[in-house]
Amino acid sequence: MAALPKRITKEIERLIKDPVPGIIAEPHEDNLRYFDVVIAGPTQSPFQGGEFKLELFLPEGYPMEPPKVRFLTKIYHPNIDKLGRICLDILKDKWSPALQVRTVLLSIQALLSAPNPDDPLDNNVAQHWKDNEKDAIATATAWTQQYALPASK
Amino acid sequence: MAGNDIFDSYHYSDDMDYELSSPAYGTDSEGEPPSGDPEDEDFYDDDTNNYFTTTNPKDERRFSEVEYQVHGMDDLVRIQKTEADKVGSIFGLSLTHATMMLRSMRWNKDRFLERYTEDPERVQRAAGIADVDPEAARSLAPPVRDYFERFSAPLASAAVDNEGEKADVPDAAPGLPVDPIFIAHDDLSLEAQSKRARTELRADTLCEICFSNEPDTPLYALACGHWFCVVCYHEYLGHKVRDEGLLTRIQCPTAKCPNAVDEPSVEMLVSPRDFQRYQRLLLRSFVDDNDVMRWCPAPDCTYVVECHTPQSALTSTVPTVRCRCGHAFCFGCGGGDHQPCICALAKMWIKKCTDDSETSSWIDVHTKVCVKCRAVIEKNGGCNHMTCRKCGHEFCWVCMGSWVEHGRSYYNCNRYSEKSSQEARQFQTKSRATLKRYLHYYERYHNHELSARLDHQLYLQTEKKMLKLQQASDLSWIEVQFLRDAVDTVVQCRETLKWTYAFAFYLVRNNVTELFEDNQRDLEMATEQLSGLLESNLDPQATPSFRQKVLDKTSYVAARRQVVLEDTARGLSEDRWEFNVSLTD
Ligand SMILES: [Zn+2]
Ligand SMILES: [Zn+2]
Ligand SMILES: [Zn+2]
Ligand SMILES: [Zn+2]
Ligand SMILES: [Zn+2]
Ligand SMILES: [Zn+2]
Repeated sequence: MAALPKRITKEIERLIKDPVPGIIAEPHEDNLRYFDVVIAGPTQSPFQGGEFKLELFLPEGYPMEPPKVRFLTKIYHPNIDKLGRICLDILKDKWSPALQVRTVLLSIQALLSAPNPDDPLDNNVAQHWKDNEKDAIATATAWTQQYALPASK
Repeated sequence: MAGNDIFDSYHYSDDMDYELSSPAYGTDSEGEPPSGDPEDEDFYDDDTNNYFTTTNPKDERRFSEVEYQVHGMDDLVRIQKTEADKVGSIFGLSLTHATMMLRSMRWNKDRFLERYTEDPERVQRAAGIADVDPEAARSLAPPVRDYFERFSAPLASAAVDNEGEKADVPDAAPGLPVDPIFIAHDDLSLEAQSKRARTELRADTLCEICFSNEPDTPLYALACGHWFCVVCYHEYLGHKVRDEGLLTRIQCPTAKCPNAVDEPSVEMLVSPRDFQRYQRLLLRSFVDDNDVMRWCPAPDCTYVVECHTPQSALTSTVPTVRCRCGHAFCFGCGGGDHQPCICALAKMWIKKCTDDSETSSWIDVHTKVCVKCRAVIEKNGGCNHMTCRKCGHEFCWVCMGSWVEHGRSYYNCNRYSEKSSQEARQFQTKSRATLKRYLHYYERYHNHELSARLDHQLYLQTEKKMLKLQQASDLSWIEVQFLRDAVDTVVQCRETLKWTYAFAFYLVRNNVTELFEDNQRDLEMATEQLSGLLESNLDPQATPSFRQKVLDKTSYVAARRQVVLEDTARGLSEDRWEFNVSLTD
């Protein structure tokens, strides 16, 4: 593997030295472009109390290309589909090389606090959210209990 | 826009007498080509690929032709600049800014003028322009230019392109010192300094992309003041240009910053090859956004056709254009050449043929059984005059009737006999008759399509014949080209004939359609004769007379085609045709 760009080394250093509250991101020892991520469900959200595992990969074109991120833990969310793919503009056309792993993870955390059913990835879940938000939140809470509790790891 | 003067001064007189559609000509089915008549030269000059194909010697407008221009890439650059200059001079805008704003308005000048008069700042913002003109700013600080001229050479030659090749930039003169540049800011107010695109060496600023600050790498910022080192800028812009197929504007690298990187900045910061690519992308969107322009649809062709026939005129005109590469297409719908059928009918017809392909699939177009001896005959050439190999029976492939009748003045193949359709109605349901009527036209349409495809095989045979002719006679290679021209003419006529049948399907039969059908029949017969002539065996003894025969027939066939096109087009402009479908859906 080609030498790691200085930028990635610096990002890793900073993530370890100065971690984001509620987020753990650790690169694999044998592949520093591949991160195991755990995001704590934000308080005041149906995901509260859950620990959500994600995988994050920095492709060869990073930072000109966005990182690839996916939820590994099942989650009931209008912007996240069954395969864990995330609908987030900065991971697609709004990506900017001035963004970082840190900003990406913060944005995902924010997405858990504020689901956006108007820009859905999973139409069924989004429809549920729009038709009956209370009921949808109940389902999300139930899923969090069922799939994302630290004990169920 | 270029060519406007010509459009304006062009006269459309409807009172001119068009000689081609005079009855004497239109019904002259037996007539041989009026060769030697100098008037007929007008028929054959339509293939010159010059700008205005309609300028015939008498400067008369043909109904079947529209005015258009073919542009190469260089022309487009010039036109784009002219457009931007025009609006720029009205409002005192720089070329760069006028271009950016026009582009964000999809090159709709009227909309731009309206919006800009209303709220210039809003238009500016929508175009991604920060409030200071980068051109003006740069001209205030010539050292930036100087720096880049020295700087870009080593940077670009060190950068390796996507394809793994070195960017084609001349190497910097060896030993040329790359001095750090400090810009004299004294002549600018602090406010102005903060509002311009600029390059600086800034010891205190970290590039947010590479997280570095190399002592001799300058940083660059648009007027928004988001600083990135020129190496990262170079990579960022290059990546956008190479990987984002349809981009028309590149944002400042800072996430969600509304400013766009202007063209001069791109030019300064990327390799010449990437800049060329960028310009090509901009040109593509310029053409795509422009209602009066269309790319030639031929594969790998880079020409653009400009034509001012409005969409609203498509019910009375078929704007057929021919690109400089030789490809003819319809400017109205972008489809293939479907003259004389208008776009709406051509579209309907194609849809109908696709939808009904199940129903009509029983028509076996490739084989037929000889009516006399029952031998299975396969069509292997474009000619519809068939001779059974087994019994020698001569018949017409299309109607299966005896060829003897076709060769005489009584030629009944091209029109659907109302009498027989009445008979059919006596025996069959109405829907059956409708289907039969459709199949009548479809068979003829499809047959010409099939024949045209087979005629392409004729090209190969013709190539061989041309060689043979050349060896057997004292004709030069140029002189044997007449064979190729003849095949071209046959293929072109079959294309036209195809669409006359689609057109006829939607035509309400009345006394004005008689002439149309006569013209169609004449063209069909002449085309079959030429096609047959080309398939006949070559007698080396009779080469000169054969050549003359083919030449005459080719001229005649081309003239017949013009008659059909001209008459239908004139009919459209006069609203002479009555259609059995509505054109407005
Ligand atoms: Zn940098
Ligand atoms: Zn910016
Ligand atoms: Zn072309
Ligand atoms: Zn068309
Ligand atoms: Zn036979
Ligand atoms: Zn026939």
